[in-house]
Amino acid sequence: MIGILLAVILLAPLAAAVGCMLLPQARATEFLNLAAAIAVFLAVLRLLPLALSGPYTFWNGYLIVDPLGAWVLLSVASVYLLASIYAIGYMRAHKKAERLHRFYALFAGFALTTLSGPLMNNVGVYWIAIELTTLVSTFLVCFELDRDSIEAAWKYIVVVSGGISLALLGIIFYYWGGSFHLGPTYDLTWSTLRNVAPRLNPTIALTAFLLVLIGFGTKVGLAPMHTWLPDAHSEAPVPVSAMLSGALLNTAMIGIARFIQIADAARLGTLPRVVVVGLGVLSLFIAALFITRQSGVKRLMAYSSVEHMGVITLGFGFGGPLGIAGALYHMLNHSLNKSLMFFGAGNAMQAYHSKRISRIRRVLCAMPVAGLLWLAGAVAITGAPPFGLFLSELTIMRAGLMGSNAWATFLMLALLIVIFVGFLNHFRAMYFGENAVGLSPRASPFKFHLSIWCVLPMWMALVPLLLLGMWWPHALSRYFAVIATQLSNAGVP
Amino acid sequence: MLAAQLQPLAASVFSLIAIASLLLAFVMLGSRWLNDYLIAFAAESWLIAILSAAVGYYGHYPELYLIALLTALFRGLLLPYLMLRIVRRLHVDRELHERLSPSASLVVGALLVLFAFVVSSHLGESLGLAGTVAVLALTVMLSMKLIGFLMLVVRGEALSQILGLLVLENGIFLGSQILVPGMPLLIELVILFDLLVVVACFGVLVRYLVTHTGTSSTHDLRRLVG
Repeated sequence: MIGILLAVILLAPLAAAVGCMLLPQARATEFLNLAAAIAVFLAVLRLLPLALSGPYTFWNGYLIVDPLGAWVLLSVASVYLLASIYAIGYMRAHKKAERLHRFYALFAGFALTTLSGPLMNNVGVYWIAIELTTLVSTFLVCFELDRDSIEAAWKYIVVVSGGISLALLGIIFYYWGGSFHLGPTYDLTWSTLRNVAPRLNPTIALTAFLLVLIGFGTKVGLAPMHTWLPDAHSEAPVPVSAMLSGALLNTAMIGIARFIQIADAARLGTLPRVVVVGLGVLSLFIAALFITRQSGVKRLMAYSSVEHMGVITLGFGFGGPLGIAGALYHMLNHSLNKSLMFFGAGNAMQAYHSKRISRIRRVLCAMPVAGLLWLAGAVAITGAPPFGLFLSELTIMRAGLMGSNAWATFLMLALLIVIFVGFLNHFRAMYFGENAVGLSPRASPFKFHLSIWCVLPMWMALVPLLLLGMWWPHALSRYFAVIATQLSNAGVP
Repeated sequence: MLAAQLQPLAASVFSLIAIASLLLAFVMLGSRWLNDYLIAFAAESWLIAILSAAVGYYGHYPELYLIALLTALFRGLLLPYLMLRIVRRLHVDRELHERLSPSASLVVGALLVLFAFVVSSHLGESLGLAGTVAVLALTVMLSMKLIGFLMLVVRGEALSQILGLLVLENGIFLGSQILVPGMPLLIELVILFDLLVVVACFGVLVRYLVTHTGTSSTHDLRRLVG
């Protein structure tokens, strides 16, 4: 059963990618991609309960299905589904029909690489999956082929490839350290690495951990390695921004979560967790600075991603059942919410033909329903109740206060308040601010008609977000508890 | 651990190749001409191929012969050829936009090698491998890594940046041949192919860069800030 589901998860986007290249009609490729997204989403939903009794391995041990991986797959699949729906409306408005089939082929290919990341059991192959996500998404980032998007794509591929090569170095160090105990040739899977970790030489284990943390941290967008993220997120087409932010970053985050576990198993003292927590706080700090004085609406969302990746990193860094549960819950909530925010930004960009916050005024007059949804999303993403992110951030803070890194909790709280004020101030200006002097008449109240494809995914993101905020299902708590046991039980046989 | 139980001859061959590759990285650092970069990179790749074969021979890893062959083909012939095509298309034959002159970057490179040596001798001591070829391999691996990053920072020409990334990868590949010769074949093969895909992607991206922005210098890419 799990095997069939895995085949659906991996083959559906593959088939869509190939099909989109072959099909001549743009309309057909839209729905082919959407069909793949629906199939993947349903398969992941079915996989989720089955994975609970995992981990299972498939395909000579190259694929692994464990609760952590399945959870990340859920957030990836949700974003893929939402973004595929939104893409139909957004890309039609863009009128690039002759290149549309290439867009959907790349989009499905990007989904394929992102979905395969959490399923990889071999550490080296996981690295390659992450590298492939970069290569595919580069061409999505520069899809519009203007000066800015090519600049963003160039920075993206250079910074991320350079950073991720450090992770490869770290993996080689792990392999080298393991080869003293397991002989020269062995398969470096997550469980092998965890089992050999207590016997690794501590110097090697520490060096390797720092290297992989920096390497995958680049891909996650942790400050100070985040420099590619605002550019790529703001220049990519909106559905791609949502995928980058809600799906890709989580896929890289799972690597960091697993390596933290290995660092725990290697008994390296407090240093690894202090570094992880430090990177998390630094990300929040940088995000707070840039959010407050931001002028581009999509860059605002991008820095908010840096912030939330910092929060998730803090959750994993604090550790313990609460920290891990909070981080995982935050992952899903952030994926839904950030998709909603990017969709709203995309709608505003369509209506006002600008990415600049100062050009977007009186959103509620231009689009009453979509505008309200976007506003609700903005309240949610800053961590206000009654939405899901409030619960998950609260849980992470509780975990932080219980652990040894309580100082970080206070910094986190202070920075979250700064971000709350700074972020919502931009929305106050966009919704209720006066028109700036000398602004084009476009910014004065007018009614803009949005396609249903652009509004529907916003509802689909907001409703679960509200539900998750008011009601933390008991089944989820059990699920997180299983993951937390698997992640904290250092795997000593 | 292979490096600790080598015959003296094998150890000196490995050291010679590793040091020669490091020198070639310095050739890239010290030159302005893109052709020099390409030749140095190709030579470095050939050296790595020879190293793979030598490790395979002395360490009895027959699968490394295959790796050696593919390294020579991909890194030694195909990648330089692909990049030569990029150079021809760009009509740029020298680095015009460096932030640090070649002579200054040589000095910085030497300091980076010192740093790499300190780190790797510390690692080597903690493993009881001080004085073996493993420490040298580590030093060269980390130095090439740092030199690659230095090239990324100080050079602005699109091609120099691609080469900087490739030097990073070469360093890892060279070190891993000596430190972990038994790494599963599949991983090494996939990493080789991955590199090919990376360069192909860069090729397309460079074409976009030139067509749509009219420049091949990444120093002109400075519109996205804040």
